[in-house]
Amino acid sequence: MPTYVDPNKCDGCRGLQRTACMYICPNDLMKYDPDLGKAFSKEHGMAFNQEPDLCWECFSCVKACPTGAITMRGYADVVPLGGSLVPMRGTDAIMWTAKYRNGQLKRFKFPIRTTSWGSIDPFKEFPTPSAAALKKQELYGEPKSLMVDQVPTPTQH
Amino acid sequence: MVQPETEVVETDVLILGGGMAGCGAAFEAAYWARAKGLKVTIVEKAAIERSGAVAMGLSAINLYLGMRWNQNTPEDFVHYVRQDLMGMSREDLVYDIARHVDSSVHMFEEWGLPIFKNPDGTYKREGRWQIMIHGESYKPIVAEAAKTAVGDGNVYERIFVARLLLDDKDPGRIAGAVGFSVRENKIYVFKARAVIVTAGGATGVFRPHSHGEGLGRIWYAPWNTGSAYSLMIQAGATMTQMEHRLVVARFKDGYGPVGMWFLLFKAVLENAKGENIEQKWASLLKEWEPYGSGKPIPTPLRNHQMMADFRAGGAPFFLRTDTALQRMYQEAANDPKKIREIEADAWEDFLDMTMSQALIWASDNIDPAKTPSEIVLTEPYLMGSHASGTGAWVSGPEDAAPTEYFWGYNRMTTVKGLFAAGDGVGGSAHKFSSGSHVEGRLAGKAAVAYIMDNGAAPSVAQDQVEAIRAELWKPFENYEKGRTASTTDEINPTYLFPKMALHRLQKIMDEYAAGQGSQYITTEAMLQKGLERMKLFKEDLGKLAARDLHDLLRCWEVWDRTWCAEAHMRHLLFRQETRWPGYYYRADYPTLDDKNWKVFVNSRYDAAKGEWALEKTPFLSTIP
Repeated sequence: MPTYVDPNKCDGCRGLQRTACMYICPNDLMKYDPDLGKAFSKEHGMAFNQEPDLCWECFSCVKACPTGAITMRGYADVVPLGGSLVPMRGTDAIMWTAKYRNGQLKRFKFPIRTTSWGSIDPFKEFPTPSAAALKKQELYGEPKSLMVDQVPTPTQH
Repeated sequence: MVQPETEVVETDVLILGGGMAGCGAAFEAAYWARAKGLKVTIVEKAAIERSGAVAMGLSAINLYLGMRWNQNTPEDFVHYVRQDLMGMSREDLVYDIARHVDSSVHMFEEWGLPIFKNPDGTYKREGRWQIMIHGESYKPIVAEAAKTAVGDGNVYERIFVARLLLDDKDPGRIAGAVGFSVRENKIYVFKARAVIVTAGGATGVFRPHSHGEGLGRIWYAPWNTGSAYSLMIQAGATMTQMEHRLVVARFKDGYGPVGMWFLLFKAVLENAKGENIEQKWASLLKEWEPYGSGKPIPTPLRNHQMMADFRAGGAPFFLRTDTALQRMYQEAANDPKKIREIEADAWEDFLDMTMSQALIWASDNIDPAKTPSEIVLTEPYLMGSHASGTGAWVSGPEDAAPTEYFWGYNRMTTVKGLFAAGDGVGGSAHKFSSGSHVEGRLAGKAAVAYIMDNGAAPSVAQDQVEAIRAELWKPFENYEKGRTASTTDEINPTYLFPKMALHRLQKIMDEYAAGQGSQYITTEAMLQKGLERMKLFKEDLGKLAARDLHDLLRCWEVWDRTWCAEAHMRHLLFRQETRWPGYYYRADYPTLDDKNWKVFVNSRYDAAKGEWALEKTPFLSTIP
């Protein structure tokens, strides 16, 4: 189910150097075209999926789009038409709405993060390792981060 | 096409790939490097926030020992991997991942990853090694830690690394890497004292089930194009188990995960006649002793049973989600609140990591509590992190590796200063997301130790860089020179676009190298014919054409897949036995042969001569 972009919603992420979908797509599929708006009587450019048959349906662009312009349509060669799956991703949870081909609806909400975005302070507990520590087996924070007394070593045989 | 400008970046530790292993490497290297005043740089072809195999999210962490609750020991894990891999693993590497992996998982939780808990505070498991997570943002969280650790100025995104650089005074030593931006007309030359390759396993080498719009809906990430293997093969690193591969049973067409259904929900796999496949074909396992009677049944042998049933007319196969859920609803005394929780768990398993499978349920009008779902076997993937062990031959840790498997620095390849992790390291399966992260950390720390011992910066010859630059831009030249030969871009006698090259590669591999279209069967004659076709194909890849940077990216990705494909075929040819039935069959050597073939097959490509050398390397069991 490759992504498609609703021309009534996409504003080309005006004011940004690149569109959110183009920034996030792991497979370099979403592309900004400055002239694409013309066919829809818009003065701004728009984004589109330039290689739908290499889309993994990861929903990264759908979740990232600030105007909710991107939707998945099931792969035409595989999936019957009519179903849909729409995410609404907040800062700590995501809500999914699945619509069946026969019209049935299902909604689910799941947590996504227990801390605030940007809050990670990587090495706060163990600021500087000793010189000798570089040659030992302990990784950063170990053994404390393992929550056991020591890093195990194999029984010799 | 205008010639690209060149930016030179000088660094100490260079990490190629920002997936789970790359993020682990960046995080750990940054910690040790900071104390030594060294610089750590990470390069990724996409955005690290959503890159690599975990970009989409995960619903489980498949490797967590729970040592703090005495749930498992590293030795237990080695025993499990040994059984699943039909006896063949680098036990030192497997042990090393197991003893450290809990620390990464504990950090993930501290950083903000929501993990399912039992009432007593332990993590909720779906199996002996697996824990359940709310993992929609697993990758963005791990990426945030890595990017913060190395600092914004040291993160290079949307740069595709196509070649490693070797020291011009010592060709057995790493010197950096060359890549190009997929956003601007620019070549990047990274000069580094140590390089860690974490650039992912290989998908798209074999023809998948869907060839149209659904070409990209494969089980493993389509952007994992085998760069990790290709980069290291071309640099002359010794590779191991490149004949190994992964074929898995998954929900049909969306390739949704089955682990929770089998392990936690105790769902049964049945054929069209309602027969339990595992029970029906139990006797088949006796042909593959001692692994056939071990528990759990190895992944390839479970595939082997399905394949046998397919030939016996049992297809289609069904996972009985309906009977499993109805049983669980009954056990919950049909309490509506509990039913709702069970249903949410079932859906979240897909919605966290394979959303398309949920869309397929909706589009096929499948209510999993009422209707079973079809299960199929995927096409093969080359990867070192799941139930498969392709990758580089690396040094183990000093205190766990036998002397034959230790050459100074943990996870260093046979090229000095070149390290690998994640899918890049061979012989140590079942590391999954958490184990890949921790293996990246092991490599990150070892790379800093290597630099401290081997001080001098490497020397990079300018002509080496210029030659790579000219080669990388050749597809633009091919297009410019050739395009006037035809009234349409797509059909031209002088060049080939990368999509058609990809189809041609997939066809060769499917038909000659035991793809799903050939029922996973190959022989010496088939492989020889396939290698003949591969020779012509590689010559034609010199005529790849690109119109823009996106095309150029695809050109070099198909080259990466091709290097993986050739290594795979040469290894398949060398190993004269069928070690992993259900992954592939050498029909001319149809049995397991421990006497002659309980060895690693290692290979090395000599770029100067254009020759491959393959050899048997002793298998040493190190964990009792």
